[in-house]
Amino acid sequence: MHQALTAEEELILNNIRSRLSEFGKQRSRIIPLLQMIQEEMTYLPPAAIAIVAEHLELSESEVYGVATFYNQFRFNPPGKHPIKVCMGTACHVRGGDIILENFERKLGIAEGETTEDREYSLERVACVGCCALAPVAIVGDMVQGNMAPSKVEGIITRIQIENEVKEREKRQKESSE
Amino acid sequence: MNNQTPEQIYAALYAEAERRRNEFENAPGARIHIGLATCGIASGALETKAAFEEVIALRNIEARIHTVGCIGHCYAEPVVIIDHPDSGFPPIFYPNVTPGKARMLAKLFLEEGDPRLEHILGATEENDLIPTVNEFSRFNMEKRVVMEKCGHIDPEDIHDYIVEQGYSTLVKVLQNQPEEVIREIEQSGLRGRGGAGFPTGKKWAFGRAGAADEKIVICNADEGDPGAYMDRTILESNPHQVLEGMIACAYAVGAHKAMVYVRAEYPLAVKIVTGAIAQAKELGLLGKNILGTGFDLDIDVFQGSGAFVCGEETALIRSVEGFRGMPRHRPPYPVEKGLYGLPTVINNVKTLASVPPILSRGASWYRTIGTPDSPGTAIFSVVGNITHAGLVEIPMGVSLRTLIFDICGGIPNKKKFKAVQIGGPSGGCLPEEFLDTPIDFDSLKGAGAMMGSGGMVVMDEDTCMVNVARYFIEFTQNESCGKCTFCRIGTRHLLAILDRITKGEGREGDLEQLERLSIDIKNGSLCGLGKTAPNPVLTSLKYFKDEYEAHIYEKRCPGMMCRPLTAFYIDLDKCARGCDACVGCCPVDAVFTTRNRKKGIDQVLCVKCGECMVACPPDYDAVVKISPPELAPIIERPEENKIKNTK
Repeated sequence: MHQALTAEEELILNNIRSRLSEFGKQRSRIIPLLQMIQEEMTYLPPAAIAIVAEHLELSESEVYGVATFYNQFRFNPPGKHPIKVCMGTACHVRGGDIILENFERKLGIAEGETTEDREYSLERVACVGCCALAPVAIVGDMVQGNMAPSKVEGIITRIQIENEVKEREKRQKESSE
Repeated sequence: MNNQTPEQIYAALYAEAERRRNEFENAPGARIHIGLATCGIASGALETKAAFEEVIALRNIEARIHTVGCIGHCYAEPVVIIDHPDSGFPPIFYPNVTPGKARMLAKLFLEEGDPRLEHILGATEENDLIPTVNEFSRFNMEKRVVMEKCGHIDPEDIHDYIVEQGYSTLVKVLQNQPEEVIREIEQSGLRGRGGAGFPTGKKWAFGRAGAADEKIVICNADEGDPGAYMDRTILESNPHQVLEGMIACAYAVGAHKAMVYVRAEYPLAVKIVTGAIAQAKELGLLGKNILGTGFDLDIDVFQGSGAFVCGEETALIRSVEGFRGMPRHRPPYPVEKGLYGLPTVINNVKTLASVPPILSRGASWYRTIGTPDSPGTAIFSVVGNITHAGLVEIPMGVSLRTLIFDICGGIPNKKKFKAVQIGGPSGGCLPEEFLDTPIDFDSLKGAGAMMGSGGMVVMDEDTCMVNVARYFIEFTQNESCGKCTFCRIGTRHLLAILDRITKGEGREGDLEQLERLSIDIKNGSLCGLGKTAPNPVLTSLKYFKDEYEAHIYEKRCPGMMCRPLTAFYIDLDKCARGCDACVGCCPVDAVFTTRNRKKGIDQVLCVKCGECMVACPPDYDAVVKISPPELAPIIERPEENKIKNTK
């Protein structure tokens, strides 16, 4: 199911539309284009696929075909705190699946999904390339090495506390004004 | 138009680099080298750097921070080397420098001159005061050719590379005949490090022979093997050596366009390579009229979007052209008809990075390293159940035993060695009797594994080989592009059978079917992915058949890794009254207190994560893992505890 675009996303999309001419019209530009859009929008909504198809004069299904082939592209908006759990060989041997399961249980979502409040999303990734620290999870931009089920709890709690602190500061600021 | 000779142009570049190096080295105070590649950052090197900066600024210490790449000693990250000449000590290598340790070192060593010897690994230079790191086999048994400069130079500063004689081979190469460059590489016996081991010189010669006005060189850094990360490390730690190799390659085959195909999942590598290309261009080492020799070359970066199959060269080409990355039939090989139908020479990162040392020191020097059939060095990322994990560069021909036990320190926690998985999803699992196999392309192939990407996962006695085989099949099944029926559907069936076995639902005849299906997939697939995908199953079936049988007939997992076949329980004779360590750590509240204040595990709630086993203090060691699960004694949860949750 696709959610409707937010006003902010519409704006970014319009901006992207105006920048399309920087990219050539060759077929080979398709992956760089999709990468650029995902970079800006964090995911590829159907409207973005349509734009690319129109620009490159391809059918939408053709663009979808390419986009879905590659693991990098996402078709659902990620959460504010995207969580990626490494499923590389070293992480597997050291119990990466247990870590993933703990996140799933803690957040109440399955791998590949986003929580309803769009706070967290959970993904599995193949090797992030720091096998010596296995098992590894990436929370936001931070790589967390040597993960353990109790660390999962800690990470989520820390984000919650940070959110609460921010919320409180915001409220204090409002009340002081 | 300036009329300087290439020698003069290079001499000017070198003089500038040397001036900068001298300026850095002659300035007063200490120099702190911090490794800032992805693995360093993951271990907290940025926080360490911030801690150094903070104390240096706060206490007004004269010291400078030099960010370098990865030295390959991942077990010791964050790694810091402090060179403090005024203290009278040689440069010292500190492992595992946490921010706290950094603050302590900044104050005690940088300010007061006490190197805190209890925290050091060793000195990096010979001296009379403290032992050097070279006394460790992890250092002195390595032979660094490709990674020689990794971890010593700043990857984001081209001058750091030039001052180490970087780009010097181009002066000679670009004035030589291309055929002579190819001959030198052919004589060195360099074989492609991407896995298959095709002679590089031959590939270049084919590329040269291709009759086309335009040719293309591609550096393949689409490292998709889950468990290998040497290409990323090289690009992040010393990108210029790769670029130098690419320039030599492009000149030899007559290409004026080149491309680095690097995974988008490696954002730091993308950033560093892009920066390196820009710097090289600025200094006239790329672009038009390189070093005044009249040779032109442009290098672009293409970000691969994460598809394992794109490591295969024809699939890589399709993906650059903007299609789904599906391999096609070879011949025609890419050297004849590649990207956009032009002759395309595709080399792995490690191959290209081997080129500058060969060209500067000569083919006969390179031949002295390694074995006659596989000269040179091999880089492995040794991970898994291993003491000193990380990147190891060794001469070809060293035995697996030497690599795993002597260089990397063996298996931690007094566990026994069970198997080593070489070559990623395409490789095989080798048991103990193969430990004396020398590491080279042909010997590994003979043993049923392959060099592959150089990923090496060491497994101890607690690893279940069926589970590992299932893991790799799950990976290849996911990554199969879907072109060939056998690979697409066959791997799915393999996975279904292995799934059943690891859940304790294995049947008579499963093993025969696994084997037959594996052979069919091998025969019925077009590219390397499908041809090698069943290898983990075939090798584990061959060497660890007893484990498969234990799963199927006894519903028992000997490695106690398959969770449906294991259970945890608490040995009440060992459990300490009143200790709550396991209760607090259980993520699902499965641990309860019995009437005599000892603990029990609710088998219905337990998810078998093993946290209680880690949490139980070693003095008690009361948590026991057992397979099959029926063997676990039943401890009833007291009535008064059962209603706790509804309160």
